[in-house]
Amino acid sequence: MSIEISAKSITPVRLAYGNLERRFGDKKPASRYQEAVYDIQPTTNFQYRPLWDKNHDIYDVSKTAIVMEDWYSFADPRQYYYGSYTIARAKQQEVAEHNFAFVDKRDLFDAVPEAVKQAVRNILIPLRHVEWAANMNNCQITDECYGSNFSSVGMFNAMDRLGMAQYVTRIGLLLDGNEEATLDAAKQAWMEAPQWQGLRHAIEDMFVLDDWFELMVAQNFVLDGLIFPLLYDRFEKKLTQEGGSTIAMLTEFMDDWYKETVRWTNALAKVTAKESAENQALLSGWVAKWTDRLSVALEPIAIEAFGDDGANELVEVKAELLDRLAKQGVTV
Amino acid sequence: MSNKKNTVFLILQDNEDARPIIEAVEQDNPDANIQYQPGMVRMEAAGRLLVNRVTVEENLGREWDVQELHLNLISLAGNIDEDEDKFEISWH
Repeated sequence: MSIEISAKSITPVRLAYGNLERRFGDKKPASRYQEAVYDIQPTTNFQYRPLWDKNHDIYDVSKTAIVMEDWYSFADPRQYYYGSYTIARAKQQEVAEHNFAFVDKRDLFDAVPEAVKQAVRNILIPLRHVEWAANMNNCQITDECYGSNFSSVGMFNAMDRLGMAQYVTRIGLLLDGNEEATLDAAKQAWMEAPQWQGLRHAIEDMFVLDDWFELMVAQNFVLDGLIFPLLYDRFEKKLTQEGGSTIAMLTEFMDDWYKETVRWTNALAKVTAKESAENQALLSGWVAKWTDRLSVALEPIAIEAFGDDGANELVEVKAELLDRLAKQGVTV
Repeated sequence: MSNKKNTVFLILQDNEDARPIIEAVEQDNPDANIQYQPGMVRMEAAGRLLVNRVTVEENLGREWDVQELHLNLISLAGNIDEDEDKFEISWH
């Protein structure tokens, strides 16, 4: 008996949803990212305006001064939708958990010089409040923004920030054998120590910004663009040289996270600045305003972290940030 | 494809994982002939076919190890030059 196997090709009638076909053509199947993120947000028939904001619809392009012909022209280069985002973070979380368990099991903090531990208490632990603020700000962006590509990237970012606040908290607990003395001291420093007040003031002003895109620039472009290279990269390298490589093990996520996040902030800056000269002027104005304000606010912290080199380190980080944004078309 | 002897090809499964690779081949090898067949995609070129890690990563949105190509590989013809940055098929 012989069996004849013949291949029969069945072509699907259509390769993507209508909204994606209109955007990307009907030649290629849509990717999961496209299906998950594009055109999910309603655009019409909002009926009533929200009681808390009578001047805007619930989704309203006029909540920012930035004008885009198509709000979906920004695409996340990481292509994060719920699935890919949670898979990527779960992998990183596993590594981080392992590192924390390792440090705890081997009592690695016992080998860290007291001066380094104190530097961590003074500089790193108060950053949990900065991360919490970043979570608030990104929730605000998610709430106010237009387009589900923005709201998804905003919410993922907000959750990342909560995670990082928790990592910082856990470092604080590990330092003291699960006592909260370090965390209390860090809270006190955040609320009262003079070197933190400039930053706290700036961050609290960010909470009440009206324009969500300005908040995006202030928080995700400028503040992160200064704090992460300055403290999680340069300051940690300094600590490592002084015998604190254990700390670097525990903040590895922050370092990786920042490198990853720069990819989408760059893409966003590029797309928005390219759209129109008005957008570019707005972006440049906001970047100038917030780099000036935040670099002044961070200076006392940089000086506490690096001593006499502090101001210099901050100037370098600021120059790197402005240089990177200039490459995306946002010149200050 | 006049010189049949010179033809190299790469056949991948037609699925979600292989799509970024197929698109990368399309971008990096404008002369390649890409045939969609039931369940698989056959990519043919005269002399040389290149899969570039950087292009795949751009399409995929994450880091990509060139060896991941093998997960969806059905068949290929040619001599292979594979390193961290590329997977190249040609006849020596």
